This record gives sequence, structure tokens and C-alpha cells, in this order.
Amino acid sequence: MSAASIALEPAAGRASSGLWSEIRRNPTIFLGCAILLVLAACAVLAPWIADDPLKHAPVNRLKAPSAEFWFGTDQFGRDIYSRIVYGARVSLIVGLSVAAISSVLGLTIGLLCGFYRWFDGIVMRIMDGIMAIPSILLAIALITLVHPSLTVVIIAIIIPEVPRIVRLVRSVVLSIREQPYIDGAVAGGTKAPRLLVRHVLPNAVAPLIVQATYVCASAIITEAGLSFLGAGVPPEIPSWGNIIAQGRVFFQLTPWVILIPGVFLALTVLAVNMLGDGLRDRLDPRLARRM
Amino acid sequence: MSAYILRRLLATFPVMAVVAIFVFVLLRLAPGDPAALIAGDDATAADIANIRTRLGLDLPIWHQFVIWIGGILQGDLGVSIFSNLPVTRLIAQRLEPTLMLALATLIVAVSLAVPLGVLAAWKAKSLVDRIVMGFSVMGFAVPVFLAGYVLIYIFAIQLRWLPVQGYKPLADGFWASIQSLVLPAIALGTAYMALIARITRASMLEVLSQDYIRTANSKGLATERVLLLHALKNAAVPIVTIIGIGIALLISGVVITETVFNIPGLGRLTVDAVLKRDYPIVQGLILVFAMTKVFINLMVDISYAFLDPRIRY
Repeated sequence: MSAASIALEPAAGRASSGLWSEIRRNPTIFLGCAILLVLAACAVLAPWIADDPLKHAPVNRLKAPSAEFWFGTDQFGRDIYSRIVYGARVSLIVGLSVAAISSVLGLTIGLLCGFYRWFDGIVMRIMDGIMAIPSILLAIALITLVHPSLTVVIIAIIIPEVPRIVRLVRSVVLSIREQPYIDGAVAGGTKAPRLLVRHVLPNAVAPLIVQATYVCASAIITEAGLSFLGAGVPPEIPSWGNIIAQGRVFFQLTPWVILIPGVFLALTVLAVNMLGDGLRDRLDPRLARRM
Repeated sequence: MSAYILRRLLATFPVMAVVAIFVFVLLRLAPGDPAALIAGDDATAADIANIRTRLGLDLPIWHQFVIWIGGILQGDLGVSIFSNLPVTRLIAQRLEPTLMLALATLIVAVSLAVPLGVLAAWKAKSLVDRIVMGFSVMGFAVPVFLAGYVLIYIFAIQLRWLPVQGYKPLADGFWASIQSLVLPAIALGTAYMALIARITRASMLEVLSQDYIRTANSKGLATERVLLLHALKNAAVPIVTIIGIGIALLISGVVITETVFNIPGLGRLTVDAVLKRDYPIVQGLILVFAMTKVFINLMVDISYAFLDPRIRY
């Protein structure tokens, strides 16, 4: 028991020491956070800083970017700037909820897999099967089964992401359970649930946080891809993928309808990835040297 | 080694079995009647009953599964609901564009990314290294369709060097076909290149810090010889792994790229089938794509044994 707390102490202390100074000292994390904060602010303040994203104004059809329409208008005269501001909501909601829910699911299943052999055998075969199906195909197949909505899209993106997290957590558990301090805890009479929560979980947290940021980035791209294909969130919701999908017809005339939301999408994903890279370097110095 | 290959080969069976069960259950998981789902919103009760008998949906579920799996084992993926053509024939018709696109992307990505990664590792911390790493961080964030439309805008609409969209089959001439593949391959390959360049650099950096590299350098061997024969060969395992893993990434990207560039391949077939709810096609395609992915993983695992004779599982 005491061996375990000594082993865990440095890791826990390092992760929590001065979050703010940590962010400022690491330019990658700082820039990623800054971009994401601006986007989050846009998403929250959308009703005050943007017009109605659904307002059709035939007079203003296919207008190039100007002082009046910062990012131009589409074939229905809808203001692309307003649509992008509202679209940030969809991307951030999808990214955050997929990252959070698939982490919790993956963590739970992964911990159980690492500890219970019979459970591991069955579950890992299922996980391997899901991982064999390309994620975007699995997601569109799932979405078309039910009436599409934002929730359905989120669930459809979560299912192919979970196995990746399960594998990661399981591999951490398998390496931890060979450690002498686990033997010590077992010998001291610690029961399995407590063992998992007190001794194994803390070691899985750092790699899990890093993985969650990558899941977030990939969820944002997948949602945009699904909407682009016409199999994502319903077309009346202004998501970045939907704006791009609806801009396809007039691409040669109004390239901004596709390129501007595309740049926002890339910037968001870049910011999340930078945050992930920064956290990885910080939390796992062994990997940092290699990448 | 043959025991290792055999064991890996056997391990693919449970995976494919899970995929098959999953694909089969998928349609049955849908809320409501699958026959009604297939028939669409404005079908009559007679239409629905007709589809039900035609697909054998009135049989017990285990019986349906046995019939379905029996067909698949004989290479019969069923019949499309809309066109009434065998799914295998529809897939065969659309195979060429997708294979050509995947091949072109693989060639473009590997032939650019591996040398860039080696260069970045060799000149670590230099300007070249920073540019390559900057590209690989950015490249990974650019969605396929953005890359595609930017390329179309610059090279097809503004410069008029290459066709905007469409695919020319090999039968129309090799060069015409290649021309129609240049932009899609670069668009699809951007994220893939970023990934390969990053892993190549990381793997090379690790090998370049080894003692035998210093020995090779100090005994006066030419730099290229040290880099390629001594370092790259030993850094190859992670690179080959990532090239394999990346192909899975490509399969998802193919679906989107084919839509951007209007290429009539398997990706387009999937999207069209999904939007029309032509479930036999969707099931068939998921099986084919999953099988491809499992096969590639198998090849990667087997290639380890050749690249690194120390690996003996």
C-alpha cells in the first residue's frame, strides 16, 4: 500500500503543479488553447455576434466576401459568416461529447478487460471486429438506420472510436499489473475494484487524456465528412460540413462557401492536435523524445 | 516463421466472423421493420410484404443468418434492391477507379514522405526539419475535402493544368487516366504523407543515435550509404506499420475523395447505396472493405518477420 502511494506521488504532483504557468511555458499548448478559446467564445456568443444563420435573402445570392458579408453568401443568400459562427457550436459539441463519452466507455471496458481474462477474450474479439470496419463507413451505416439527428451522429462516431481507447487502456493495465506494487497491494488484501480505481486508474489517466484530444480532433473531422456526404447532421443545422456540402454545386462560382469553412475546420483540428501534442510531450516525456 | 504466419492467418477468422455477424445484425438492429426501412417512406403494405419474402425476412433469424453466411462463403453477396443486379458485379464494375486511386495515393505518399522524413531526421533541428515537421502537423489537420477543393481551385480552375473532376479509365489511355488521378491522389495523400513523414523521422532519429551508426560514419562510409543501408533498414518496422495502418485511413478517405472529385468508384457506390438504403450493397461493401483492412494488417504483421528477423512470436 505504502509502496503504491510513493510510486504514484511524483506523477500526481507533476500533473497538477501550476496549470496556468504550465500552459504559458509551452507554446504549443498555449496556441492550441488560445484558438480553441476564441472558437468556444464564438460558439457561446453566436446569437449576439452573428445574424440568423437560416435567413434566406434571395437579393443577396452568391455574394463575394465584402464589408457587409465578411465571408460572402451562398445560393440562398444566407450569410456564411453567421453560418460559420453557429457551425462552431456543432463542431465543438461533437468533438467534446465524443471525446468525453468514448473516453469513459473505453476506460471502463479497458480496465475490466485488463483485469478479467474471460471478459477480455470476448470483448477484444468484438473490438477487433469493429476496428476492422473503416470508421466512416460504420458511422454512415449506423446513421442511415435511424432518423438522423445530432445525437445519432455523435453515437455513430463514438462506436468506432471506443475500441481504440479500450486497446490503449488495456495495454496500460496489462503493463501495470506486472508491477511489484500491485502484487504488494494484492498481498495486502486489496479487493479488485479498489485496486483498479486506486492503483491502476491513475496510471491510465495521462495517456487517456492525450488520446482523448486526438479522438476529439478525429470526431470533428468525421462529423464534417459525414455531413459533407449528406449522411451527417440534418441539412437544416448549419454545421461546417453542411455549409461545405451545400456549396459544392456552385463551387466554381463561389469557392469561398467551401474554402472558408474548410479553413475554420482545419484550424480547429490543428488547435486540438496541438493541444494533444503539447500534453503528450508534457505527460509522457518518453514519447516526446521520439516524436 | 511459417508457424507464425499460420497463427496470424488463423487469427483473422474470428475478426471476420465478428464483422460478418455485426453487418448482419446491423440491419436487424434498426428500430422498426427492416423490410419497411428498405421499402422507403411511401411504400404500400403489399410492397413491404413482397420485400419481406424476397429477402427471407419471414424466416427465423438464425435461419436467415445461415442462408446469408452460406451465400457469402460461396462469394454471393446478395442482390441490389434497386438495380436487381448481383452486388458482386456492381462492386467489380466500380473496382478499377478505387484501386487506381489507392495505388496512386500510396505511390505519391510513400515516395514523398519517406525521403522527407529521412531528410528531417538527418538534418534534425535545422530549418528543413522544422518545415517538414510543420507540414506534418498541418497536413494532419487538413480534411480531405478541403485539400481536394483547394487543389481543384488552384490547379484546375485557376491554372487549368488538370481536369476539375471525373475519372478516365485505363482503357482511355494510361496518361489520361494518370492525369485524372493526380489531384485526388494528392488530396487523399496529404494526411497520410504527414503521418508517414512523422513516423519516419521519429524512427530514423532513434536509429541514428545508435553506436553502430557512429562507427559506420567514423570508418568513412558515404553518408547516403549510412543513411539508407544502415539506418533506414533498421528503422523500417515502424514505417511499414504506419504505411499499413494508414491504408485503413485511406479507405475512409476514399469515400470522401471520390465524392469531391466525382470518381465512380467503390466510395461513390457506398454513399449512393447508403442514401438509397440499398442494404445488400452496403453490407457487401462493408464486408469487402473490412476484409481488405484485415488482409493489409496481416501483410504488415508478416512483413515484420522479414524486415526484422529478431521478431519471432
